Amino acid sequence: MPKMNLSHFEAALLFALFSSVVLGVITKRTDAERLRYGVRCFIYFMGALIGLGWLMHFGHG
Amino acid sequence: MPTTPSKTAAEATPPLSKWAPAVLLGWLIPGGGHFLLKRTGRGTLLLVTVLSMFLLGLMMRGAMFQPQTGDILTTIIYCGGFLGDLASGLLYLLATWLGYAQVDVAGHVHDYGTKFLVAAGLINILAMVDAYEIATGKKD
Repeated sequence: MPKMNLSHFEAALLFALFSSVVLGVITKRTDAERLRYGVRCFIYFMGALIGLGWLMHFGHG
Repeated sequence: MPTTPSKTAAEATPPLSKWAPAVLLGWLIPGGGHFLLKRTGRGTLLLVTVLSMFLLGLMMRGAMFQPQTGDILTTIIYCGGFLGDLASGLLYLLATWLGYAQVDVAGHVHDYGTKFLVAAGLINILAMVDAYEIATGKKD
């Protein structure tokens, strides 16, 4: 099994991507709604990631 | 006409034969329940997503949880983590049998790997719930 080294950002980006795809697929009824919801979830994930990242940056001084 | 409690309960719980094959197959093979119910596109997306997360978790040398009891936090983390890992179905069983289960080591990449392995199982639980709703006619 090859070993993979990802940065925090890359790992969180992949996590957000996969989670958003599944949330979009299982929660909505039409393909257009699924796509919209998946994209929205991804944006929320990334927003939370970047926001919390800055919060921790300032919190640590 | 008023409904009796037993009739209401029977209506609320669909027969096991209607949904159990889809849910069980969905547990064993991510997206399998959707394939059984002829939702090929959604099944493929779920399979690719869960498989990718699981393989990424293994490649990041994430640890598989073993159930442990002790204080409440230990019990929740280790038993919950074990259930999350187990929810990946055949992926978890194969990885364990073939010796890919790693011991827990320090490091952010390993930590992410562990979370990816658990998240793959949790996502598969969502897929199983979706398959259940489709099989019982609660969803298209």
